[in-house]
Amino acid sequence: MLALFAPLSFVNDLLLKFFSEQTVNYVIWPFIQVGLVVTLTAGWVAYATYLERKISAFMQARLGPMRVGPWGLLQPIADGLKLLTKEDFIPENADRWIFFFAPYIAVVAAFITLAVVPFGPDWAVITDVNIGVLFVLAVSSVGVLALILAGWSSNSKYALLGALRSSAQMVSYEVSMGLAIIGALMFARTLSLSGIVGAQGANSIWFFFYQPIGFVIFVISGIAENNRAPFDLPEAESELVAGFHTEYSGMRWSLFFMAEYAAMVVVTAVATTLYLGGWYFPLVYRLTEARGYHNIYVAISVLVFLAKAGLLLYFYFWLRWTLPRFRYDQLMDLGWKWLLPAALINIVVTAIGVAVIQGLHNPTGLQTIKSLTAGLGLTVTGKLIAIVFGFGNLFLTAGILSLINWRSRDFNLKKQRREIRLVDLPKGKPAVAPVGSAEPAS
Amino acid sequence: MHQVEIATTRESLLDAPEMTLNMGPQHPSTHGVLRVVLKLDGETVIDLDCDIGYLHRGMEKIAENRMYTMIAPYWDRLDYIAAVSNGLVWVETVEQMMGLDVPPRAHYIRTILTELNRIASHLLWLGTHALDIGAITILLWAFREREEILKIFERQFGARLTCHAWRVGGMPNDAYDDFAADVRRFINNFPKRLDEYETVLSENRIWLSRTVGIGVISGADAIAIGLSGPSLRGSGVAWDVRKARPYAAYADMDFEVPLGENGDTYDRYLVRMEEMRQSRRIVQQAIDKLPDGPVNAKVPKLIKPPVGDYYHSIEGPKGEIGCYLVSDGTQQPWRVRVRPPCFINLQSLKQLCVGHLVADVVAIIGTLDIVLGEIDR
Repeated sequence: MLALFAPLSFVNDLLLKFFSEQTVNYVIWPFIQVGLVVTLTAGWVAYATYLERKISAFMQARLGPMRVGPWGLLQPIADGLKLLTKEDFIPENADRWIFFFAPYIAVVAAFITLAVVPFGPDWAVITDVNIGVLFVLAVSSVGVLALILAGWSSNSKYALLGALRSSAQMVSYEVSMGLAIIGALMFARTLSLSGIVGAQGANSIWFFFYQPIGFVIFVISGIAENNRAPFDLPEAESELVAGFHTEYSGMRWSLFFMAEYAAMVVVTAVATTLYLGGWYFPLVYRLTEARGYHNIYVAISVLVFLAKAGLLLYFYFWLRWTLPRFRYDQLMDLGWKWLLPAALINIVVTAIGVAVIQGLHNPTGLQTIKSLTAGLGLTVTGKLIAIVFGFGNLFLTAGILSLINWRSRDFNLKKQRREIRLVDLPKGKPAVAPVGSAEPAS
Repeated sequence: MHQVEIATTRESLLDAPEMTLNMGPQHPSTHGVLRVVLKLDGETVIDLDCDIGYLHRGMEKIAENRMYTMIAPYWDRLDYIAAVSNGLVWVETVEQMMGLDVPPRAHYIRTILTELNRIASHLLWLGTHALDIGAITILLWAFREREEILKIFERQFGARLTCHAWRVGGMPNDAYDDFAADVRRFINNFPKRLDEYETVLSENRIWLSRTVGIGVISGADAIAIGLSGPSLRGSGVAWDVRKARPYAAYADMDFEVPLGENGDTYDRYLVRMEEMRQSRRIVQQAIDKLPDGPVNAKVPKLIKPPVGDYYHSIEGPKGEIGCYLVSDGTQQPWRVRVRPPCFINLQSLKQLCVGHLVADVVAIIGTLDIVLGEIDR
C-alpha cells in the first residue's frame, strides 16, 4: 500500500538535489499543492454544474444533459469550450476597465479562500494561517466588491439593482455569519481552521452537537452569502433578468458562474470544518494512521471531507429546486430580525454554558474539563452539559424570536390568508339572444 | 392612457429622486411582449404604465375581409394558450346567429375539450407564476400534466397549440377511438398530481409571504375595472359565465364555483387550483354521460347570417371571452370585436402594483394570467 505513495518521497528527494531545502518546502511544494487544489476545485466546480443539472432534472421528472458523452458526462467541457469561443461583448457606454476586471475579482476572491481550507491532515492543507477564520470572512467579502463593480460598470439598470441588492444582502448576512462562528470558536479556542478541526478530533465530537443553532445560522447565511436560491435576489431572473451579470456574456459570464460555485464549495467546506468535524470520521484514524499508512490516511481523510462538504452542497441544490424566492424586504427581515438575534442569543448562551462548565469543574470532585491543549477538552459530563446547552438553546431562541417577531406580517401569515369558498351558483337559462334588429336565434 | 414621464437628460436623471425602469418587451417574466414602464423609488413602485401592441396583428380588421368559416383559425391565435376555448366562442356565435341546432354529442365533446383546455391553461399559469416567484420545479411538473392534455388534443385535432378545433355547426370529425380512455386516464391521475403541487406551494412560508396580501383588489373595484374569470372570483364576486349563461353542455353539469375573500394573489392562486379540480369534475361527468349520435348540424353551404348585432361570450380560462359581431347579411362580417379578458384584466395592473416592490410586479403580472396574443390581437 505504501508503494502507492512512494513517488511522493522520491520526488522530494529529486527536488532536494536541485534546490535548497527551504525552497522545496516553502516554494515548490506549496506551488504543487496550490496547482492541485485550483485544478481540482475548477474540475469540481465544472462537475458541480453537471450535478446540479442532473439533480434538478431528476427532481423535475426529466433527464438533464444526456447527449455529450455517456449520461452527458462531457457536458461541462462542451459548455466551457462553447463559452470560450463566444464573443467577449462589452456594452457601449460601459465602464470598460471595471467591466473587464470585475469577473476576475470575483473568481480570485472565491478561489483564494481555498488556500486555508483544511481538506485533510498534513499535506492536504495548503497553508495553516493562525487567523484562518478571519481570513475566510475577510476574503469572501471581497467577492461583494466584484458584484458591485460589475453591476455599476454595466450601465444597465437591472445590473445596478442587482448590485445594490447583492451588496445589501451580503453585508447583512455576513454579520450573522461572523457572529454564528463565535460560538464554535469558544469551544475551539483557536482561529486556525486546522486547529478547529484538531479540536473536534481530539475531543471526538463534532461542534454541530454543541452548536446546532450556530450551524443552522451559518448554513442559511452561507446560502445568502453565495446568492443561491432561495436568496438569489441579486440575480433573480424573473425580476432583474440576470441581475448584476445581465450584460456579461461568454467566458466573462462564466467566470462569475465559476465564482458562484467556487464560493459555494468554500462555504460548505468552512461549514464542514467548523461544525461537522472536518476530515475526521470514526475509525479512519485507527484503521490507517495507527497502522502506519500515513498517506492513505490523508487521502481517505480528504475523501471524507469532500463527502461531508458534498452532502451540504447537495442540500444547497435541493433547496434551490424546491423553494420559491424571498422578496428583498423579506430577506432583510430574515437577516436582521431572525438570524442576527438568534446569533446573538447563541453567543450569550454558549458563553454561559462554557462558564458553567468551567465553574462546575473541580479537580477533586466533578470533572468537566479534561485538557486545554486542543480546544476546550471536555469530559463526558462536560460534553453532556454543552450538548444540553446547545439543544436547550433551540427552544430559548425559538421563544425569544417569536417574542421579537410576533407582531410582524410574516410571522402571522397563516392567519392572514383566507380559505376559499365553494358556491353552487344558480344556473341561468341559455340566453344567447342576439342584440338589436335581428330575429332571436334558436 | 396615462404616460409615465421619463427623465432623459443628464441633469434630470441626476435630480430625479425616482428611477424609471423599462421592463420588457424582452423580459423573462412579462409573459410575452408586454412592456411595463415602472417609476421606482428605491425598489418601490410609485407609478407604472403598460405599453402594449408589440404583437398586434390586426385580427379584428382581418376578420372583416374573410368569410365566416375562414375566420375561425385566427381565433386560435388570440389566446394561444387556450386555443380550444377561443375557437368555441367564435363558432358558437356564428351558430347562434344562424340558428343552427348543434347535436348534443358535439356539445359534450366541446365541453370536455374546453375544460381540458382550461386545465392546460391553468397549469401553464401555475408553472409560470411559480417560476416568476422563484419555484422553478413546479413549471416542469405542470408541463408534464399539460403534455398529457396536449397529446389528447394532438390526436383529436392534429395540432397541439393552435388546434382549430371546431367547425361551425359541430366538429370536423368525431372523437377518436381511444378518446374516452385517454381522458379517463388523465382525470384519474390528475388529482394526485394537483395535491403534489399544493404540497409544495400552499403551505410554504416563502410562497405565503410572496402572495398573501400582495396585489389586493376589492370586489367592487374588480367589477369597476371589468375583471373577469379567476381574477374576479379571487375577490369574492360570484360570476361565472358557465353558470350564468350556460353554453355547450354546461347546463347539464354539476359543479361549484370557488370564490376568494381577500382578493390577493394567494386567493387567486387558490381559486385557480380549485377550478382545476372542478374542471376535472366536469370532464368526469361529461365523459360518463357522453351521448351517441352525429357531431354535426346541417350547415348551409354558404354561411350568411341575417343582418344584426350579436354578442356571445364564454368562460375562457382567463376570464369572459366574448365576441361582438355585426352582420350585414353578406358572407363576411361587417365588424368583429373581441371582448378580451386579458386586455381588461391587465388594466388593473397599476392599481394592484403601486406601493409594492419590483419583485411583486412580476408576481402580479403572473397572477393576472395574461397572454399578449389576446391583448394585442
